[in-house]
Amino acid sequence: MSASTAPIGPAFLERAATFVRACFTGWFNIIITLSCIALLVWLVPPVVNWAFINATWNGTAQDCRAAGGACWAFIREKFWFSIFGLYPYEERWRPATMIAVLVAMVLASTQRRFWNQWLLVAWVVAAIGMWVLMAGGVLGLSSVQTRLWGGLTITGIIAVYGVALGYPLAVVLALGRRSKLPIIRWFCTGIIECVRGVPLISLLFMAAIMLPLFMPEGVTLDRLLRVLFAYTLFTAAYMAEVVRGGLQAMPRGQYEAAEALGLSYWKKMRLVILPQALTITIPAQVNTFIGLFKDTTLVVVIGVFDFFTTLRSALGDSAWLGFATEAYVYAAVTYFVLCFAMSKYSQRLERDFTPGQR
Amino acid sequence: MKLKMLAAAAAAFMAFGVGEALAGRDLDQIRSRGTLRCGVQGPSNPGFGVPDSQGRWQGFNVEICRAVAITIFGDPARVEFVPVTTQSRFPALAAGEVDILSNNSTWTLTRDSNVNRFNFPAITFYDGQSVMVPRRLNVTSARALNGATVCVQPGTTTELNISDYFRQHNMRFTPVVISDLDELRRAYDSGRCDVFTNDFAALAAQRTLLTRPADHVILPERISKEPLSPVIRQGDEELTNIVAWTVFALIDAEEMGITAANVEQIAGSSTNPVVRRLLGVEGNMGESLSAARPDFARQIIRTFGNYGEIYERWLGTNTPLGLERGQNRTWNNGGLLYAPPAR
Repeated sequence: MSASTAPIGPAFLERAATFVRACFTGWFNIIITLSCIALLVWLVPPVVNWAFINATWNGTAQDCRAAGGACWAFIREKFWFSIFGLYPYEERWRPATMIAVLVAMVLASTQRRFWNQWLLVAWVVAAIGMWVLMAGGVLGLSSVQTRLWGGLTITGIIAVYGVALGYPLAVVLALGRRSKLPIIRWFCTGIIECVRGVPLISLLFMAAIMLPLFMPEGVTLDRLLRVLFAYTLFTAAYMAEVVRGGLQAMPRGQYEAAEALGLSYWKKMRLVILPQALTITIPAQVNTFIGLFKDTTLVVVIGVFDFFTTLRSALGDSAWLGFATEAYVYAAVTYFVLCFAMSKYSQRLERDFTPGQR
Repeated sequence: MKLKMLAAAAAAFMAFGVGEALAGRDLDQIRSRGTLRCGVQGPSNPGFGVPDSQGRWQGFNVEICRAVAITIFGDPARVEFVPVTTQSRFPALAAGEVDILSNNSTWTLTRDSNVNRFNFPAITFYDGQSVMVPRRLNVTSARALNGATVCVQPGTTTELNISDYFRQHNMRFTPVVISDLDELRRAYDSGRCDVFTNDFAALAAQRTLLTRPADHVILPERISKEPLSPVIRQGDEELTNIVAWTVFALIDAEEMGITAANVEQIAGSSTNPVVRRLLGVEGNMGESLSAARPDFARQIIRTFGNYGEIYERWLGTNTPLGLERGQNRTWNNGGLLYAPPAR
């Protein structure tokens, strides 16, 4: 990115002139340009009117209905609910702290200079710390059941842990599926195909409702852990196939060269094959991640109040009936920002990992 | 054994329950846990159960569960609300994730049967499929709707009921089927159909979302019966009694004019033996139901008021939902609510 200090320099003017000229060369381009302008004139003013000029930022539902525009006051009213869900109101500082730690950990993990074993240790410590903070019951913190965790907090927890745990598992499954040992190959193929062949919704349903029926009397596994387990497995099965694609794309020469150097299987994979295979599959991986991130909303079928569900729930508040559009715009913007950040980060990783191709 | 468990699990998956025939088992479990797990409709159900901006559940069904908690524990706070969806509610109840559903479930034979093994202790709300039309059509009865276009959700009992109703009365209609309720409402609002049909409570909630709610009227006919009741697993008679009498106490209180404001005064001064027994002044109603305290009904009414007060607070004409009492009046006021006497 060339950050020019003066936005309207001669280079910019020249580019703008080229653009305008291109828009009006030939009758076909002129028609397209004019229709685009007409479309914008038709669309933009009503949207701006609704979203900004007639919008209500502060006040009650009556104020909103009187103004006629977007009711951002509704989003303001429900903002903390959308972040923390059903978590006890007086204890909000706990999920707030947890989100701060989670964001800090994720940001730190995106920096390549932190990629060493200490990061892994930090994650384990942070995970335990976050769990204790959220669940409580010790250190004078009141106990809060996981069924009350909700909002963006739970979306973050499920997405981050699903990916963090699912990704290594995916690599193992992908390697296993290409193993020369039939038992391992069958086992890994079996897991991948079974999990992939079932909709996420039924996996979640199984984990939440069916699993307890199979467990011996008195043994219970926390529902959130069951959900995380199902989601991780699902992530792993999908990612495994992406990774396998990368493994298969490696030319035979790479395998043979690594073997010729006398590397063991694990060294060959760790030092030669996987770094390349994972790099070339970054776009496919991010594609899968983004899809899976949005799938977290499916946890609503088993009564977990994720970010999107809290908004749908807020729509039922009889004091604030009828502001669905605002809620969906807010949800869309939030999901877009998060997914766009993932996409941008992946592009940076691609650049960093493949300097030779640029 | 394993096969049996598998079969049981498979049955639960299809909303069939697994129940144990030990009386009092569920109640014992609730008591030893110290809280009642109450399944409410997620994400929310306007007026019946909605988390407020601070994440606390509020609404008609919510207070029914809190009233049951008063009967069991003497404490309305000892409830854990567990959101369930229409898909997960019965499996969740069968699997013991919740002790009671208070989420507008219709009492039907199939659900009550020995196959599904659920119990519906007492009806808390008489719902029924209704039709809404614009006021300008000047229609006062559903019988006058021959040839109408009807907005209806496809693949639901709602769709079956409406076509049965029209066929039964030798009328024709053109369906406009849209599965998303919000889309369906918009289609009706923009005039794509003359009639919007759904269950009464849901229809009233949808009416508040129309551009001009006052221009639309819900016709008096109920073309299906949807008696809504809390649901528990079959096989615990004590819990059944507790839930039933919690609801009956609310209804009896309204019938006898006992309100949150006057309950203490009436308890102190009334000479009517039925009132005195209901409020725990005499007799052993609380004990015989194994309630937490002899005056549980008095505590419920002091905390939440009688049935009518709860109704008006969350659903009634002064709320945005604006539901008429209609069939949900007590029997002596021309409604269907009828509770056995406390004696």
